[in-house]
Parts: sequence; structure tokens; C-alpha cells
Amino acid sequence: MFAVFLTSGLFLGWSLGANDAANVFGTAVGTRMISFRRAAIICGIFVILGAVISGAGAAETLGDLGAVNAIAGAFVVALAAAITVYWLTVLGYPVSTTQAIVGAIIGWDLFSGALIDYAALVEIVASWVASPILAAIFSVILYKIIAGIVMRSGIHMFKLDALTRYGLIIAGIAGAYSLGANNIANVVGVFIPVSPFQDLNVFGLFKLTAAQQLFFIGAVAIAVGTFTYGKRVMLTVGEGIADLLPVAALVAVLANALVLFLFASQDLEGLLIRHGIPSIPLVPVSSSQAIVGSVLGIGLLKGGRAIRWRMVGGIVGAWAVTPIAAVIISFFSLFIVQNVFQQRTFTPVEYTLTAEAMQRIEQQGVSTAGFAELSGRSFPNAFSLDRELSAHMKKTGRERNVIMAATEVVNLRVTASQIQKIKGRWFTDGQIKAVEVLRGRTFTHNWLFDDALAALSPEWRLKDGQSAKEYNAELNRKLDYLHRLFR
Amino acid sequence: MPNILKKIGIESQIDDFMDQVSESGLLCKSGVEAYLKGNCEAFDQALAAIRDAEHRGDMLRKTLENDLYAKTLIPESRGDVMELLESMDALLGRFNGLLWQFDIEKPQICQDLVEDFRELLQCSVEAVEATVRSCRAFFKDLNAVADHIHKVAYWEKESDKVSTRLQRAVFSRDDIRLSHKMHLRFFVKQIDRIADDAEDVTDRLNVYVIKRML
Repeated sequence: MFAVFLTSGLFLGWSLGANDAANVFGTAVGTRMISFRRAAIICGIFVILGAVISGAGAAETLGDLGAVNAIAGAFVVALAAAITVYWLTVLGYPVSTTQAIVGAIIGWDLFSGALIDYAALVEIVASWVASPILAAIFSVILYKIIAGIVMRSGIHMFKLDALTRYGLIIAGIAGAYSLGANNIANVVGVFIPVSPFQDLNVFGLFKLTAAQQLFFIGAVAIAVGTFTYGKRVMLTVGEGIADLLPVAALVAVLANALVLFLFASQDLEGLLIRHGIPSIPLVPVSSSQAIVGSVLGIGLLKGGRAIRWRMVGGIVGAWAVTPIAAVIISFFSLFIVQNVFQQRTFTPVEYTLTAEAMQRIEQQGVSTAGFAELSGRSFPNAFSLDRELSAHMKKTGRERNVIMAATEVVNLRVTASQIQKIKGRWFTDGQIKAVEVLRGRTFTHNWLFDDALAALSPEWRLKDGQSAKEYNAELNRKLDYLHRLFR
Repeated sequence: MPNILKKIGIESQIDDFMDQVSESGLLCKSGVEAYLKGNCEAFDQALAAIRDAEHRGDMLRKTLENDLYAKTLIPESRGDVMELLESMDALLGRFNGLLWQFDIEKPQICQDLVEDFRELLQCSVEAVEATVRSCRAFFKDLNAVADHIHKVAYWEKESDKVSTRLQRAVFSRDDIRLSHKMHLRFFVKQIDRIADDAEDVTDRLNVYVIKRML
């Protein structure tokens, strides 16, 4: 059954490779500085290396699809996202695979009665605006600087050609590596818990963990996607939007990388905070949308006459269609898989307003006065609870999140066999010891489990202040991982 | 990765090719000078030298064109550079052809027209020299191309003036037959055409520069 489930992950990887390689090599191939074949080979190799070497850090987070709580559901959601991206790839439009996945998850939310993540929706819409605008601004500035240097330097045409080519290859390698590292969890991460792979010792030279083996397979799917179907979207980015000179092609890629690094890098944010430097606010930025903005920025700088606005209109339309199509395909596919193939596509999650949950809500600074009469009642899913709450009170997004988190019934069971899985990776000794103390216990709510851990060890306690932002985010990721593990 | 600060092979080849074009102009000038002075030995030497220069130029052009395609270099300007190389090779061919025509047809230049012939050839050679400089600038310093192009235009105009003056002088004479006049006019036209061709090259070069401007 694992093999069947994995196929949709691999299809998603293939679609991602066919579409997102254009973010990295589109302008290089479009300006004919690098042949498609060479770009696809370089991209494939470094996507695989990125996924296997650096993607491992994301293994515990399961990727975005981790929100889907049944493996058949994850299969359908991945399939819906893959179909959406494939469709738009056939049309030649660069779209965001992550936005397709988020859209497909919203389809699952609607189908399973879970609450729609409005924050994710807002992020998508913000990304449509922020990504191209930021990238366009950066590409214009970079272009001005680089063009000024080139025109004054007296560099020979052929030397400039060689330098630009090396620049495009190096930027492509870095881009392909991060494409593999950042996206592999979305492609196959959700299948790690059901993976039959064992850790593998390769000729005594190095060890490939089970997750890395799965990541390798997923990365190969991405590489095959690039090789077999990546050319069309690359040509859209590289020559379909506007005619670019090779130097402009390099500037577009650099501007794209710079925007992602400055506005979407949690590592940079952490680094700045650690050194007491005010951090740049993180903005939802999509690489697929940023590269289009970069090319447009240069086109506008040149007067805008060379821009093919019809193509730009098509691309913007495709961005809007991506999450919407994914929601629809996901919803109907789930319906078919659940009712025709009799597969469980979600695990029902009950919400109960227990006395301790009501107390927890109060502790979090949310008044329960408006819905006190609901105390003790259970609801079959988040949607039902939300509807009932709405009938009783007006609530903000934060208040809603607090109530949902406090009342979600999860029944965590801390077992010895599951504790074994966390040893030797990611967790500190102090954290593991605290988990071991809880062996054999069960918890109705996630937060009860979190509180118990925090009481046992300071290493499980969240910290205050701006500088602790990165630490707390990492701690929450670990807690999230344990919630899934013991559920 | 080769040392990026070092002159790469193709750059040297382009320089060599431009040297051949420039040299052919000088060889043509010294050949015609020898012809006008009746120095057959020097004329034959110039003829042999210009033939070699044309051969080397042809070889370099072919190698360059081959490299441009085989190594997929400068994809955005490949067609323009190929056209440019062919045009420059054609200029080299014109100098070579002119000298051969002197050798084959042995035109009788009237003594009082010799200075004008010298001046006409000088204008054409200067026009080609400025074209070579503008081409070199096209590869290294786009901002400087316009200055050289301006000089080509100047020498072409000068060449037109001398050519018109010379033709008037030829056809106003009564001491030579019409066939002789037409023969001399043919040579005037041949020399003047070199400057015209040089100007055509720079007209196209102007467009190539606009296309490459960052």
C-alpha cells in the first residue's frame, strides 16, 4: 500500500521538477546561455544532493501535508496538487507548487470539517503581490548596478559571456540545491511514517537514513520532471515574458535569490536576532512568482515595450487559478476516494469544552463568558464547534485559535516504542528524559502534554522576548512532531 | 575554470582577425604606391603579402564562426558578430581585389591625377582603419564605438569628395580616349567603394550596439 500512496508524492515531485526548475534555470535556458539538457542535468544532480543532504532537517516536520491526518487523505491531497501543477505546466505557466499544496489542503479541510487556515490563504494572496513587486524592485536596482559596472569596466564581450555563464551555472546550482532541500519534505515527507525503509549503510562509507532514502526517491522524481517536461516553463520565464540579454538573465536569478534570502529566510532572521540586529520582517514570497517579477522589473526598466503583456496576464491568471483549482480537485477527489474506494481520507477530530479546557481558555486571556453554556459539550469537528461559537459570540482569529487548540481532543499515548524513535536525533538528552518520565501516560489535549513536559524540564519551556523567537519556533516544531508521533 | 582575467583564446583570434583587415589596408596602400612609382618588385611583394593576409583572415573568420557555434558563445549577438566578421572580411577582400586589378589591368594613371588617386586611397584606408577601431570597441567598450563610427562617416564623405573631383578631372580631359577615361573611372569607383562599404559596416554596427546596450 505504501508504494501506491507514494505514487502521488512522486507525481507531485515530477510536477514540481517540471515547473519549479524554471525559477532556477529559466532565464539561462531562455537566453540560450545554457542548453536545456545541461541545465536539466545540473538541476537534477543538485536537487538530489540538496534533498538528501539538507532536506533531512525537514524530515521531522513532514512538510505542509503533515496537516492531513490520514495517509489516504495525504495521497489524495498530494495528487490534487500534482494534477493542478501538471495542468498549468502543460500550459507553460510558472506557478507555485506550495500554493497548490496549500489549496489542496484547504480542499481537505472543507471535506473533513477542519477549519480553513485563513492565514495560509492570506499568505497566498500577499505572495501574489509581494513576490513580484519585491523581486522587480531588486532586479531593477541590481541591473542598474551591474550594468553600470559592465559598461564602465571595458570587459571584453567574450569574457563577459564566460563570466555570465559561470554566474548562471553557480546561481543555478545553489538554486537547485535549495529547491531540493526546501521542497522535498512537501513531496514525500508525509509518507515517512509509513515508509518501510531501514537505515542503509553504503559500503561502510556513509549511512543513508530511511528518510534520506525516501527523499532520494522523491528528488529523483523532481529531477525526472525537470528533464522530461521542464523546458516549456523555462522558455516561458526566459523568453516568453520579455527578451532578455544574458546579463539580465543573471540579474533576474540573483534578484530572485536575494528576495528569498532577505524576506523568506528564517535562518537570516535568526542570525540577525542573535546578533541584536533588527530583523527584516518575513514576507510570504514564492520563488515562482519572484522570478516573473524579476524579469518584469528588467523589462520595465528597458521601457516596457519588450514585455509581452498577454503572457504576463496569462501567468497572473494561472497564479490565481492554482489554489482554487487545487481546492476543487482535492475536494472532489477526496469524495471519490472516500466513497468509491472506501479509504479513510481523514481521522475525525473531536472538540470538547471540558472544564480544564475552559480554564485553559481563560488562562490564555480569552473570556469564556459568551459561550459558558457550551461547557461540557462535544463537537464532531472544528467546523461544528466554530459554527456554534459564532452563534454565541463574535471572536477574533486569535480567540478562535485559542479555543480550538484548548478543546481539540487528541488522546496522546506516550509509549516506549514511540519514545525509541526520538532517540539519537534532533532532541536533547534533557528533552528525551522528560518524555521518558511520561511513559505510559495519556493526554486528552496537546497542551496538557506540553504543560507536563514544561513542568518536567526547562528545556521544554518557551522563552520570552524577541530574541527567543527562533528558539520557540524550533521548540514548537518539536512539540508538533511529538503530537503526531504519540497520537 | 580558466583564469578569467587572462585573455581567452577567442579574444586573441578576434584581435588577430582585425589586425589582418587593418594590415590589408596598409598593404594595399603601399602596393598602389609602388605601382604609381613603377616599382614592380615592391608591388609584387605587397601583392603576395595581401594574398597571405586574406588567406589568414579567411582562416580566422572560419575558425571564429566555427567556435561561435560549436561553443554556443554569445547567443544574443552571435548572428550580429558573424555578420560583422563577414563584412570585415569583405573589406579585406576589396583591398586584395583592388591590388589584383592593378596587377591585371595595369591602368595608366595620368601623372597629374596621381596625387588625387593617393588621396582617395588614403581616405578609404582611413575609413577602414576607423571601422576596425569601432569593431574592436564593439567587443570591449560599447561607449567608444560612436566616436569611431563618426570618423568613418567623415572619411567616407572625404572619399566621396575626392572621387567626384577625380572623375570630373578625368572626364574633362581631351588628351585621353573615352575608353581610358572609363577605365580610370572604374578604378576611382573601386577605391571609393571601399569607404562606402566601410560606412555600411558601421551603419549595421550602430544597430548591434543598440541591441547590446545594457
